[in-house]
Amino acid sequence: MTREFWINGVLALLLLAAPFIALAFGESFYVTLATRVAILALAAVGLNLALGLGGLVSFGHAAFFGIGGYAAGLLAAEGFTSMPVIWLIGAVVAGLVALATGAVSLRTSGVYFIMITLAFAQMIYYFVISWPTLGGEDGLSLALRNEFPFVNTLKPLDFFLIAYGLLLLALFIFARLRAARFGAALEGARQNETRLASLGIEVFPVRLWAFVLSAMITSVAGALYADLNRFVSPSMLSWHMSGELIVIVLLGGVGRLFGPVAGAAVFVLLEFALGGLTEHWQFFLGLILLGTVLFARGGLLALFAGKAHHG
Amino acid sequence: MTFALFAEQLLNGLQFGVTLFLMAAGLTLIFGVMGLINLAHGSLYMVGAFACAAVAAWTGSFWLGLVASLAAAAGAGALVELLVVRRLYDRDHLDQVLATFALILIFSEAMRWLFGPFPLYLDMPALLQGAVTLPGGIDYPLYRLAIIVVGIAVAVGLHLLIARTRIGMRIRAGSSDREMIAALGVDIGKLYTIVFALGAALAGFAGALVGVNQSVQVGMGEPVLILAFVVIVIGGIGSLRGALIGALLVGVIDTMGRFLLPQAFTLVMEPSAAATTGASLASMLIYIVMALILAFRPRGLFAPA
Repeated sequence: MTREFWINGVLALLLLAAPFIALAFGESFYVTLATRVAILALAAVGLNLALGLGGLVSFGHAAFFGIGGYAAGLLAAEGFTSMPVIWLIGAVVAGLVALATGAVSLRTSGVYFIMITLAFAQMIYYFVISWPTLGGEDGLSLALRNEFPFVNTLKPLDFFLIAYGLLLLALFIFARLRAARFGAALEGARQNETRLASLGIEVFPVRLWAFVLSAMITSVAGALYADLNRFVSPSMLSWHMSGELIVIVLLGGVGRLFGPVAGAAVFVLLEFALGGLTEHWQFFLGLILLGTVLFARGGLLALFAGKAHHG
Repeated sequence: MTFALFAEQLLNGLQFGVTLFLMAAGLTLIFGVMGLINLAHGSLYMVGAFACAAVAAWTGSFWLGLVASLAAAAGAGALVELLVVRRLYDRDHLDQVLATFALILIFSEAMRWLFGPFPLYLDMPALLQGAVTLPGGIDYPLYRLAIIVVGIAVAVGLHLLIARTRIGMRIRAGSSDREMIAALGVDIGKLYTIVFALGAALAGFAGALVGVNQSVQVGMGEPVLILAFVVIVIGGIGSLRGALIGALLVGVIDTMGRFLLPQAFTLVMEPSAAATTGASLASMLIYIVMALILAFRPRGLFAPA
């Protein structure tokens, strides 16, 4: 059992305990905050699959986050209020979009890939705000939270547990994939494309499937986010959102299993704490991020659990 | 649809393309020479626009404002290069993206702090007000025409600077082999600061020019930045010629798409549906064009070897 294993366990327990403690003190607002952490962590686990394992710096994951969100908003407006159905439909749409955009983007690499994923996400953003039934700049509101079998999703704790459960599921999938041949191929492609090709493994399909899977996980988080706020806005699709997801992965530690969880917790807490202190909290958030990039390489988990084992 | 309207839209597209070029030129130079992806380039555009609006309001002269925009953007660029960007050259693109993303947050909030949450407005200089009649009987705003002329002049000037001067030679040398030119005794650090400040000044200049036609506000640089990315991806990152052709292509396609597509759809569907479909498709058009170009040329049209 490595140190990172124990730190991950503590992180998982802390996040689970936070809303119970908050409720014991009668502070239900903090349950919402913990739910936000779980949802953003889920979105970032998706990104971490592409970014961390595959080294694919996608600057367009807001598109998939937003697709999940709009799936929730649109289907709810049409009367389909079952969360699992919404997640499935959102994930399929996000997966198909990722398949199409990935097929073009993955022909390029490096800085081209960054800019193209960004541009495709912007394309979806402009499509959504110009298409009338999607609510334009105003977005869509959900009258009620969507439903989940046997659970009252309007109770903050119950909704948190759904998000937390999905986060654990996504982490499980991430861990299994990383340990599998697929994960080895993906990491191999990041470290040395030529070596992998000479082993007879085609890099392109491995990366494409990783990108698709990554998009699908992030879209489920988007659907939850829509339900959390009972509102879908185009800002979910904006490039700031893509940037925030990258920030979360980097803050925690790229490619680490619980990196997104640590990153999301720190990001949400920073936002909350700075927002309480000053109206200009983004200025200080920027300074802290800048300091982290320049001086704390490898993210937070690297500070506590040592450097990552993989290169 | 008359010829005059068509020509006017075409000129609008050119004018848009020229402003995109001013942004894209800096981005592509900075990437070509230093290998840096700079998300904060849009912030420098915003700094230029704010400097111009503030100084023009204070002195009453647009021209002093224009000078201030160049100075402020170049100064901010040099400062950012010396304090932050310099530490990023050896890092991977991911770190560069994150650090310059942080710079956007800092710049945007700093501008909101300094100038308040409300947009500023810039008056058109008296010299450039009104319209001119072009051959063919087209009335076109003089200010927009001036932007096209200035943009082309900047493109020519940049080309001469890079191709014909000593500093241009060093810039070209720096982009092909930085160790070698450092070994030949060129102060590479100073060269990088100059290139960054030059790119920043171009962005600030673009911001000031556009600030007359739009309101000057926080976040104004971001849509332009993303379009400038599309431009340099289409043109080939690092190529100045690619940036110019890409910018004109994007400017004209975007403007003409918004103008023509809604009309084209009326041929096959009812007017209200045609307007919606046309407008939606027009807003996605340049990204579709980008995808098509990349499908055939993954490194853009004029990528340097």
